Amino acid sequence: MRIVCPFCGERELGEFTYLGDAKPVRPAAGASEDEVFDYVYLRDNVAGETSEHWYHGGGCRAWLKIARNTLTHEISSVEPAAGVGAAKVGA
Amino acid sequence: MKYSIFSLARAALSGHKAWQRTWRDASPKDHYDVVIVGGGGHGLATAWFLASEYGIRNVAVLEKGWIGSGNAGRNTTIIRSNYGLPGNTGFYELSMKLWERMEQDLNYNTMVSQRGVINLYHSDAQRDAYARRGNTMRINGIDAELLDLAAVRKMMPFLNFDNARFPVQGGLLQRRGGTARHDAVVWGYAHAASALGVDIIQNCEVSGFVRDANDKVTGVETSRGKIGADKVGMAVAGSSSRVAAMAGLRLPIESHVLQAFVSEAIKPVIPNVMTFGAGHFYVSQSDKGGLVFGGDIDGYNSYAQRGNMPVMEDVCEGGMALMPMIGRVRLLRQWGGIMDMSMDGSPIIDKTPVDGLYLNAGWCYGGFKATPGSGFVFAHLLARDEPHKEAARFRLDRFRRGAAIDEKGVGAQPNLH
Repeated sequence: MRIVCPFCGERELGEFTYLGDAKPVRPAAGASEDEVFDYVYLRDNVAGETSEHWYHGGGCRAWLKIARNTLTHEISSVEPAAGVGAAKVGA
Repeated sequence: MKYSIFSLARAALSGHKAWQRTWRDASPKDHYDVVIVGGGGHGLATAWFLASEYGIRNVAVLEKGWIGSGNAGRNTTIIRSNYGLPGNTGFYELSMKLWERMEQDLNYNTMVSQRGVINLYHSDAQRDAYARRGNTMRINGIDAELLDLAAVRKMMPFLNFDNARFPVQGGLLQRRGGTARHDAVVWGYAHAASALGVDIIQNCEVSGFVRDANDKVTGVETSRGKIGADKVGMAVAGSSSRVAAMAGLRLPIESHVLQAFVSEAIKPVIPNVMTFGAGHFYVSQSDKGGLVFGGDIDGYNSYAQRGNMPVMEDVCEGGMALMPMIGRVRLLRQWGGIMDMSMDGSPIIDKTPVDGLYLNAGWCYGGFKATPGSGFVFAHLLARDEPHKEAARFRLDRFRRGAAIDEKGVGAQPNLH
């Protein structure tokens, strides 16, 4: 698996760290216990196309949002994750 | 058929033509008391304990491929009970005791070899942590010895004791730990369960659950037709989330890939199972001579049953740091298996919120050593509808209750366990 970082180009997997599924959204401060439990502990654990957060610690140190297939490891898109990095490149 | 020195002699004298198949490849019946989904070690062990301990013999084990084709045939064959937290300590020792009598129980040579498991420590802090774990084991009646440098040197003179960054200071040894032949464990349980009437049904993939008007699970839809069941037990590590989703459940589990490696065969050198404490590397030597080793999971969600190069490099570096002498040994094979990584690194054995459906999952990368214990307590749960006392903490609702069993203390981040 190699990842084409939008800032650094194609780099080997060892430069990147995995956070996990990009779908769950942190509940608001006043959210119910059920919502927090869902967010912290439950996972869709998709077999197939999924969207994930990766960190390019061995390169530009940007957070990336990567669309990847968990059955084949095929990567279909890499983009800056929402936040400062994405704002910089107008994504 | 029953195996003994006499059956071996008889077969040898008749040119080994008299051997019969050791278990029966069954076709599905319409209905069973219990259907186990998953023909790996845990599923087959569960079926055998249901039949032998709990008298429930109208049981089927459904396997989508061939038995033992998943993680049961992909692990590094290590058995041990050196855990530190309440819940794990007692359970893994129950499993260890079942390993010690497995061959007699099953009448099958599973090549259980209590050659010892040693965790090496490389700093004062790590020694203290290992001493604490060893003491925890001992007050729970489990054998553990804290070895100093001289004792480790005597036992494994080939280690690199001159490593300036990670000097070996000693190790925590469990002499009763060791290895077992993983495929033989699968075949042994199949042999013994089949003899008691359990139907082992291969090439039978579950595609859904049959539910009655009250939403109770009353069977499974499979690639070989509908099969009715009073109770359905899942033992499908790696695919737990996918199978549970068919019943509308979301689990506190992510599927990750773990790689394992075997070198070309060399003369006997590694006397035990040992782990490098300054990185993640563990190794034993098979009876054929190959070094069997592994390390971390790759760290990203995967169902692909294959891994990538960075972990391979990391594992081999760990091996080289510990034993530079293996530098010219060639890697023979490498493969991957899909791990149920739970949110606290510990397993889940419980009823599900769906009536009639029982869950055995979340073994992370440590399921092999648990095989007999897992089968025993899961059979207890299926037969009695209440958890076995040694599995009473492995409940599905423990995350919500704040009762996680987090041996490594890294929180709900499965790729770090």
